[in-house]
Parts: sequence; structure tokens; C-alpha cells
Amino acid sequence: MKSKKNTTGLPTLHAGIVVIGGGPAGLAAALEAKKAGAPSVLVLERDTAAGGILNQCIHNGFGLHYFQEELTGPEYAGRFLHMVRETPGIEIKTDTMVLDVASLPAGEETRVRVQGVNPTEGYFQVDAGAAVLAMGCRERTRGAIGIPGTRPAGVYTAGCAQRYINIEGAMPGRRAVILGSGDIGLIMARRLTLEGAQVLACLELMPYSSGLQRNITQCLEDFGIPLYLSHTIIDIRGRERVEQVVAARVDENRRPIPGTEMVFDCDTVLLSVGLIPENELSRAAGAAIDPRTSGPLVDESMQTSLPGVFACGNVVHVHDLVDFVTMESGRAGRAAARYLARGATDGGTEPPAVPLYNGDNVTYTVPQRVHPGRLEKACEVFFRVNRVMEGAEILVTSGDAILLRKTRPHLAPGEMERLILPAALFDRAPEGLRISACPAEQGEQGE
Amino acid sequence: MTEKPLVCIVCPRGCRMTLTLPDGDAPLPEEIHVTGNACPRGETYARQEMTAPQRVLTSTVRLTGAALTRLPVKTSRAVPKERLRDLIRLLDTVTAAAPVHIGDILVKNALGTGADIVATRDMDAMETPE
Ligand SMILES: Cc1cc2nc3c(=O)[nH]c(=O)nc-3n(C[C@H](O)[C@H](O)[C@H](O)COP(=O)(O)OP(=O)(O)OC[C@H]3O[C@@H](n4cnc5c(N)ncnc54)[C@H](O)[C@@H]3O)c2cc1C
Ligand code: SF4
Repeated sequence: MKSKKNTTGLPTLHAGIVVIGGGPAGLAAALEAKKAGAPSVLVLERDTAAGGILNQCIHNGFGLHYFQEELTGPEYAGRFLHMVRETPGIEIKTDTMVLDVASLPAGEETRVRVQGVNPTEGYFQVDAGAAVLAMGCRERTRGAIGIPGTRPAGVYTAGCAQRYINIEGAMPGRRAVILGSGDIGLIMARRLTLEGAQVLACLELMPYSSGLQRNITQCLEDFGIPLYLSHTIIDIRGRERVEQVVAARVDENRRPIPGTEMVFDCDTVLLSVGLIPENELSRAAGAAIDPRTSGPLVDESMQTSLPGVFACGNVVHVHDLVDFVTMESGRAGRAAARYLARGATDGGTEPPAVPLYNGDNVTYTVPQRVHPGRLEKACEVFFRVNRVMEGAEILVTSGDAILLRKTRPHLAPGEMERLILPAALFDRAPEGLRISACPAEQGEQGE
Repeated sequence: MTEKPLVCIVCPRGCRMTLTLPDGDAPLPEEIHVTGNACPRGETYARQEMTAPQRVLTSTVRLTGAALTRLPVKTSRAVPKERLRDLIRLLDTVTAAAPVHIGDILVKNALGTGADIVATRDMDAMETPE
């Protein structure tokens, strides 16, 4: 790898831990890594300010779990930026785009080499003992879901419209239809209405909304905006600018039903059709990606398949609540610091990791595998379900044996679930644990 | 007596509550019976919502002297729902000047609601090269 350095001849910075992305995930990881004893932490952020997506999420609803108070996005980010400023040994470089992450062979002090570029330093590289990937996610666009119709101006992703309004102070349009009922779309329905635009409808392909119930109440119902479930856009009309949108009801196979068309006269369409973890860098570095989450496979400490490379936040799986991003990222930061202190002594005599499998109605789990020997007391597992269940049971099984049973009043695909698995559970299931969810009446009526 | 479903919006858990309201149009908060709330804040919210609904308003105002031109703001407390539009109109007339710090009060007791308009993001003053 020395040759690479010689051939590139790039100016080289050194850091104990390098963090890629300065959103809530990167900031929490940096803070906890420093607190856990990392000598120096360098955060690289491509935007002009750290804080990530929170800077444009000016609504409140952040921090209820973590700070026990309701903050707006910028306030939540502000608390972390303040803590980072007060912590010596953490440096943030903004306006800095990371272009490459490489994991180097075991045995070398430098385990990760990152290449980046910014207007003041030009192209440079960072040699670090460990790295934390915290690049967040990006929005799915019209191309990714294939809406028919012409390609006039006035079609935006909801997050892009959010940036226009909240950061740049520009209105994307006057009469809007929103496709998708994810949280960003719901939040934007309210934002547009408050700013004087008219939101004619929110259309959702699925028979349920993927947004939080509280957002449906306070963003749609508060303003009398209709939510059409099992509906989609079948045509966007207009030459230069959107003029009309044609929507229709869909059947259980999500195919439009002829005769159910509705026409909306509008100049704007906002797409809130999902987020995808931003993993070009992780893929290029060789990290194994889980097709279920589109994020890197991680273990209990958020370590990816590449030793010394950790990942956290929306780059791993899309979170609805920033509080859980913060908690998960703190774990990644602490683990990176431990890795740095311990050196690359993993593996050896340690028993192999225990995999976590999707059972009935579960679409993914994070982590995907757990090293029982490295758990302190318990392992925090996040997962999502594929259908709405009023009254549900969560079962953790190994073969036919039920090892843990929990009840939940309500499960929905739009709401990430959290489960704490005691360390002892893993000793009873070296071949793996399966996590399933089922409606309560279907499960046995236990105590 | 009538029953009414209501989703609690106080925290992300979003409890689905059932309210029992006395007959007549203007129930007193203590006459409203609430079930399905996982914590007491749900009951407080339901009683408030049925008698005098309130929301925290978040928006932006014009900003000068910083790298960005909009400053995010919020009301320091929840305000009556029917005053939201008037408050938005008021915000159109407000301009903040950097530097600004989180919590700085831009308008005191906005429109007599008892809530202040406060900044929700730190904004450094831009060094203007002259
Ligand atoms: C519109 C919206 C509304 C939301 N509303 C709520 C809410 O009401 N309540 C709540 O609790 N949560 C909410 N969330 C969720 C929460 O904000 C996110 O889960 C959280 O911001 C994710 O943090 P992150 O650090 O993983 O990602 P991000 O905040 O996206 O940060 C990633 C950072 O990495 C940087 N980056 C990416 N690639 C590179 C690169 N190559 N080089 C350098 N830097 C890079 C990006 O510029 C960005 O700053 C919302 C999310 C969105 C998108
Ligand atoms: S009742 Fe309590 S737990 Fe339930 S949503 Fe309201 S605040 Fe949250």
C-alpha cells in the first residue's frame, strides 16, 4: 500500500479515527469515540455546515427520547455541534467531499485510507486507524419508481422541496399533489400549506401510510388535506410546467383500476417515495451490503465486514427517529475507539458470530450478526415489519424453541421497532436466532 | 355521552386513544374521559385538544449578514391553532441579523399569544471581505 501513497503523492493527514459525514450519526460517533479515548477524530462533511439533513428539518419532534424534550432539527444538531466544539481532539472539515475509502490489510497501523477534496486543501488523503461511515441516505426519485407521463418542470422530491423552502426561502409551487405518505411528504404538506400553497391530496400506493401516525394527524388532518390510500399517479400532464396530475386507485397487486381516475389541476408534484442508504463508498471499499437494508452488514458494535470500518445512522438502515441514530452511532464510535486501542486482534479463538434471521413478517434486522463474547449485557436489535398489526407478538426463536416473547400494542412498516436481546440468549442459539412478528390472536395466548 | 378516537401527537409512539365526551358542545377538560394513553401526557393533550387545540409553529424568517438567507424559528410554546396563519403572516415581516444564537428572542409575546418567536439555529456573521 506504500506504493499507492508514492504514486498518488497526495498530501497526507493522520487521524486516529476518520468519520465520513457530519450529520447526527457522524457527530455522535465522533463524540463517543473521543470520550472512549480515541486520540484524535477527524470528521469530513461535504456540505458547508455539519448537522446533516437536520438543518433542513426545521419542524419539531426531535429528541424526545434522547433529551426528553421536543426540539427542532437544527436545535438537535446544534446541541451536538456545541458538544463537539467543547471537546478537544475532534476536528470537522466542512466543504469536504470524500471520494474513496479503502480498507488496508491487517497488521498495518493504518487500517483505512480515505481520499477527499475541498476548495482550500485540494485533493488529499487521510490515514487512520479506524473509520466510521455516516453518509446518510438519499431520496428515491421519479426515475427509481417510473411514473409515466411527460417530463415537465415542477416535479421534486419532497426533501429537495424542503431544502428550497427552509434553507433558500423559495416556494416550489402554489398547488401541489404529494405522492407517497412517508414522513417527509407529510411534513412538506404542512409546510407548503402554512406558506400559503394549496396541497390538494396526498396519494399512497400501499393500503397504509409509511409515515408516523402523529404526522398524519398534525400535517394532513389539521389542514383538511385528504390522504388517499391504495392510490397512485398514472399520468403527469403539462408541457413546460406540470398542469395536471391523474391519479387512480390500485388493486391488491398495485395495478391501477380503470374507471377510478381523479384529475388534479396543480403545478407541483412532490415525491416522498422512500429513502435509500448512500453506499457507493462502502461498496467500492468492499463492504458486504445487505440487500434487505441496502446498507452494510454490521455486527453488534456496528462494525462492517471490513475490520476497523464501522457504519451507523441512515447509511446502515433508514431511521424514522434521530434519537435512535444517535444511540446507534454512539455505539459505533465507542467500538471504533476500542478497536483502535486494542489493535487488530479480532478473530483468533473467538467463536464465530451468531446470525440473526428474518422470521415471519420481519423485513430486516440490524445488526445482522452478533459476537456473543463481545456483548456486555445485552444486544440492541432494530427491525421492521412488512404489515400493520394491531396487537402483535414478537418471537425470538432458535429451531423450534421460543427463547423470548414480547407483546406490542401496534406494529407498522413505517415504525422501526427495537428489541433488547440478553447476552445469555445467544449462548443457547449458536446457529442463529430468528426474529418474527405475528398478530396477537394468531400467536398462542400466553401470559 | 359520545366516544371519539384521537391519536396522541405528543411523542412518536402515537397512542390511539378513545375519548368519552359528555353531551353538549363545550365540554370542560375534566369532563373528558381518556383511555388508551400509555402515559399521562396523552390525557393532558386530549383534554387540551378537545377544548382549545394548540400547536408549536415552526417556520423561517429573513436573515441578513450570514452565509444563508433564511433563519429557522419556532414559537417558544404552543399557541392556539387558529392563530397559526396570523403568526405566519407576522413572520413575513421579521428580519434577523447575524450573528444569531439558538434561543435568541426575535419577537416577544407574538400577537399577544404569550409565545415568543425564537431562533432555532446558530448563524455566524459572515466576514465580508472589503
Ligand atoms: C425530511 C426528513 C424529516 C425527518 N423528520 C424527523 C423527525 O421529525 N423526527 C426525528 O426524530 N427524525 C426525523 N428524521 C430522521 C432523522 O433526521 C435522520 O434519521 C437522521 O438525520 C439521519 O442521520 P445521519 O447522520 O445518518 O444522516 P444525514 O443527516 O443525512 O447526514 C449524512 C451526512 O453525510 C454527508 N455526506 C454524505 N456523503 C458524503 C461524502 N461522500 N463526503 C462527505 N460527506 C458526505 C452529508 O452531506 C450529510 O451531512 C427525518 C429525516 C428526514 C430526511
Ligand atoms: S400518550 Fe404518552 S406515550 Fe402515548 S403518544 Fe402520548 S405522550 Fe406518547
